Amino acid sequence: MLAKRIIACLDIKNGRTVKGINFENIRDAGDPVELGGFYAAAGIDELVFLDITATNEKRKTLADLAKKIAAVINIPFTVGGGVASVEDVRVLLQNGADKIAVNSAAFKNPSLVASLAKEFGSQCIVVAIDTKQEADGEWYVYLNGGTVPTSTTCLSWAKQAASLGAGEILLTSMNHDGTKAGFALDITATIAKAVSIPVIASGGGGTMAHFEDVFKAGAADAALAASIFHFKEIEVPALKSFLLNKGLPIRL
Amino acid sequence: MNVAIVKYNAGNILSVTYALERLGVSPVVTDDIELLQKADHVIFPGVGEASTAMRYLNERNLDSVIKNLEQPVLGICLGMQLLCSYSEENDTTCLSVFDERVVSFLPNGTDKIPQVGWNTISNYSSDLFKGLTQNAYCYFVHGYYAALGPDTVATTNYILPYSAALQKNNFYGVQFHPEKSATVGEKILQNFLDI
Repeated sequence: MLAKRIIACLDIKNGRTVKGINFENIRDAGDPVELGGFYAAAGIDELVFLDITATNEKRKTLADLAKKIAAVINIPFTVGGGVASVEDVRVLLQNGADKIAVNSAAFKNPSLVASLAKEFGSQCIVVAIDTKQEADGEWYVYLNGGTVPTSTTCLSWAKQAASLGAGEILLTSMNHDGTKAGFALDITATIAKAVSIPVIASGGGGTMAHFEDVFKAGAADAALAASIFHFKEIEVPALKSFLLNKGLPIRL
Repeated sequence: MNVAIVKYNAGNILSVTYALERLGVSPVVTDDIELLQKADHVIFPGVGEASTAMRYLNERNLDSVIKNLEQPVLGICLGMQLLCSYSEENDTTCLSVFDERVVSFLPNGTDKIPQVGWNTISNYSSDLFKGLTQNAYCYFVHGYYAALGPDTVATTNYILPYSAALQKNNFYGVQFHPEKSATVGEKILQNFLDI
């Protein structure tokens, strides 16, 4: 049976992990390769490396990083952050990334999703969507790291992205991100039921029960978290045992 | 050990190279016919689309070279599918090493297509799986699958039971990605190198 996936996200700046990571048994927690290796050994199902650097050197730095990760990590990994063109994606895939996450550039130019799917196959194209529920109750797409609102609903963009050839949707609820109060179950379930591609839920995971909820009530195919793993508030092996005991298909 | 990876227009070759290097083997990535024929083991990887890949192989005469190799050959994902007789993906005639046909998953209303993620393999009947416990998890990414057949040596269930692995004589094929399947994948690659 296909397992529900647990994904750890590492934010990268200038080739180093950021977000005050606190590990005793890691020599250099700022080294994405070493930290990724730690998670892989702990049984994480996938890794996402999200580059938040904003320099012209970015593409080369990110490609170099992908290559270093690929050399060491024996599980799938996604690279994202500012990816804007077919050429960006080609370079990252050639350097060993398994999947590429595209966000704002795909929204601004939806034909990019179709071009990427045609050129490289849907399986490696993850469309990342940052969404926020407004006062009117509707979920809207936000761009540029959640700083720029749009009038497009999350549902309509997710459906369009899927029909253009996206292989997965990485759905981050800005209302929930950082709260540790649980994932956005309603919008996650809405999107997961509306599209025929896997949905990765992101934002709000704070307890093991939140993960159970997002897989059951949220109908998510995968759940992503960052700081709760980095700060060891939840350890991956314990989380996976917990979910397995709750009757979910989980890889141990 | 002299291991060759078939170089062609399909992705993911770097990941396979690195996985072998982690096992202490330095493979050569090549489309040179003589180097392929001389290798102790040949790996035929692949992520991509069947008809484009077959056209590329045909144009370079690699189709007949690959199907006539006599050393252990391991097809991975698309590589395994191309060793089958036929793929429904753009109506493609394949290499016919294996008798099985490759067909598309059909929507059943609940399971997503393509399959992406970790699924279990079982019913092993090949040295590839020596030392593995039943229901080991491997990483799959695919929308087409090889039906069950006489060459099936491991099965997986997604929408329906199908071939997770095939073997005929010196030819082996796995639908999943051993190079991305953590320690289980490493064991399978090592088992292949030990054949």
